[in-house]
Amino acid sequence: MSPNDVVITGIGLVSSLGEGADAHWQKLTAGRPQPVTDAERYPPYVIHPLPEIDWGLQIAKRGDQRQMETWQRLGTYTAGLALDDAGIKGDEALCATMDMVVAAGGGERDEAVDSGILAASESRSDRDVLLNEKLTTELRPTLFLAQLSNLLAGNISIVHKVTGSSRTFMGEEGAGVSAVETAAARIRSGQASHVLVGGAFQTEHPDMLLGYELGGYLHRGPWKPVWQRQGAEGGGVITGSGAAFLVLESREHAAARGRHVYAQLEAVVSGRSRRRNGDFDSSVARLIDKAAAPADRPLLAMSGASGAHTATKAEKSALDSNNSIASRGIATLTGHMKEAQFPFAVALAALAVDRKAGYPPFDEASEKPFEGIPQSVLATAVGYHYFEGMALVAAD
Amino acid sequence: MARYTDHLGRPVVAVTGIGVVTSLGVGKADNWNALTSGKSGIHPIVRFPVDHLNTRIAGTVDFLASSQKGASALTYELAETAAQEAVAEAGVDAGDFGGPLFLASPPMELDWSERFSLYNAGKEGSAADRLLTVARGLNSLDIFDTSQFGSIADRLADRFGTRGLPITLSTACASGATAIQLGVEAIRRGECERALSIGADGSATAEALIRFSLLSALSTHNDIPEKASKPFSKDRDGFVLAEGSAALVLESLESALARGAKVLGILRGCGEKADDFHRTRSKPDGSPAIAAVKAALDDAGLGVDGITYVNAHGTSTPENDKMEHMSLSTVFGERIRSMPISSNKSMIGHTLSAAGAIEAAFSLMTMSESVIPPTINYDNPDPAIELDVVPNTKRSAEVATVLSNSFGFGGQNTCLVMARDPV
Repeated sequence: MSPNDVVITGIGLVSSLGEGADAHWQKLTAGRPQPVTDAERYPPYVIHPLPEIDWGLQIAKRGDQRQMETWQRLGTYTAGLALDDAGIKGDEALCATMDMVVAAGGGERDEAVDSGILAASESRSDRDVLLNEKLTTELRPTLFLAQLSNLLAGNISIVHKVTGSSRTFMGEEGAGVSAVETAAARIRSGQASHVLVGGAFQTEHPDMLLGYELGGYLHRGPWKPVWQRQGAEGGGVITGSGAAFLVLESREHAAARGRHVYAQLEAVVSGRSRRRNGDFDSSVARLIDKAAAPADRPLLAMSGASGAHTATKAEKSALDSNNSIASRGIATLTGHMKEAQFPFAVALAALAVDRKAGYPPFDEASEKPFEGIPQSVLATAVGYHYFEGMALVAAD
Repeated sequence: MARYTDHLGRPVVAVTGIGVVTSLGVGKADNWNALTSGKSGIHPIVRFPVDHLNTRIAGTVDFLASSQKGASALTYELAETAAQEAVAEAGVDAGDFGGPLFLASPPMELDWSERFSLYNAGKEGSAADRLLTVARGLNSLDIFDTSQFGSIADRLADRFGTRGLPITLSTACASGATAIQLGVEAIRRGECERALSIGADGSATAEALIRFSLLSALSTHNDIPEKASKPFSKDRDGFVLAEGSAALVLESLESALARGAKVLGILRGCGEKADDFHRTRSKPDGSPAIAAVKAALDDAGLGVDGITYVNAHGTSTPENDKMEHMSLSTVFGERIRSMPISSNKSMIGHTLSAAGAIEAAFSLMTMSESVIPPTINYDNPDPAIELDVVPNTKRSAEVATVLSNSFGFGGQNTCLVMARDPV
């Protein structure tokens, strides 16, 4: 025990399953948890859509809501849930000294404007001039800000008054890994006392699907659990809209406030394996060993596996080769949430530790039961294309 | 003997390699010569047609092999070119850097040229369907790579053999400074002996220009491009969009001296503070910028009389220059009138994600060369901004310490304090 241990004191979650830590716990532990999917809107792709959200509950001003597209609103909303949960929301002094690391991609472009430009391009050879013509007259001036990567953090500052510092990391799942890793390292070294960390992903926009499909990564056809997509049509990824934010604090800071601690965040490790060099499987296995030293007792693993064939196969074989590990592929139920994937896995791991129970298998054909009280839980994110990270969350 | 730890007992962070590319040229030598000659890199845009555009000038980098190949390719080449120079100067193995990478780069988007080609390769359905259908038939990852936010850093990590998962970050116009700050913090935590911090931005596309134009952020003084960026002038009317890159090899002073590396300067302090007022405007009382400057001074262990020169954010927008002056006046009091403060952006324009890194590189050179680059185009001073902006011509001066400011959209404020010598 050290005063600078990193503890989790706030969790904010939104996915197709609902909103809030408690709602997720209920849904995920209720007998056989079922996914919420939508196969109609973006055929041949299935997605996990956002639930109904009353944005006003966390973003009071309608003016603020209007300044954001859905992705930023989702992140700002979920950050509010985490701050609320940690008893920090509305506490001016705590927010003003709170650091923030957000894992972000980009926001939603104006689909109508883009479609109009593309349609016009069929009959124009001067496409560059066409672009100038259309973009100067049709783009909403503030749309740029509503899609700009660092403006999710910017909106969190404006809406929730978190202003100690504001950093935005980019780079798909790896951004989520680095955000959690950097936040934890800063607390552990005394560079920060309390940090808001997380990310959001809103998949319900064709460009967000395109970001995967340019690499052939999306699963096509009927929904399948994340571990059962090898050999199916497409690249294996089913996406979901969702967000996860955590409040991390030093033990000392949390204790001084008398806050409930969900769990301690122990090792956070990351890597960039040279996947094409044939070293992928063993490097994932090494990362697991680095995060969670092999033990005799069963270990629950909340896997962020995307479904992407190569990455998911490597992760599955590394997890399966360790008999003591019982893994849960969260993307089975939430879909892949890109930048939010790792923070989401860490949050579910912390919930299991706090509630002193594991999750039932999300896919009974591929996952074995976990009995007993989880003392520590592994969270993983092996990127669909690159970058890997793991964290061990332990009972405090 | 130099002390290896600072006033808070943390490892002192030295700079042992610098690389830079701007519209003025490739490399430290060319850039420094142009910068101290008061030369502007701002020119009429030739990369794309300027029909219908209110702003037709920029500080684009048009002389690299990737200059016409899209934002992702150009940003990579800018980053690689600067990093190559920095790593060579530091005398570190160019393929086995041995420390982490922090890259400030613009958010990635599929270039319009790719959108057009994907769309027109399709046959039917909505625009979205056509793009997706063509995308899943592609046989190469080339276009995919340009759309992923982490792929430039991934390639740089391969190229330079940096350790671990590279961090790509954006804090808008403060990004370059944040990349340096992350490197400093990692070394102070003892996670590594050295770090490679890069700011690179090759994203001056037509759409980027139009976006800033729609926010009324850009100068429209198109007729004499080299005169358009005029920080602290009364008739300043916006910034000039520009491209460039800089890379710093950061290293614990102990490690640098142990291997006999030349110390080019010390990264003494970093400070930041987010603004919660508005998405593009700063809080009227300037308190977040003030707090960021103060935090950087505290982190550096310096008082307000500890700074010799300020490398201003100085964008040439009406708002920034007014607020920056107000913030600096609040922190430094009467002394600010006699402190030299200049804006590199008067010559290179606003290089966005790269600006903080480029201006840190120039700050370090200002100290080592004992020459302060001027603020050019200072012909019509703003009477409300009483500052010694080193008008129009360089000045020889002993500069022991520099404060470099970076302020950005989304309430981002990051300040760096650099020193010529170890304490």
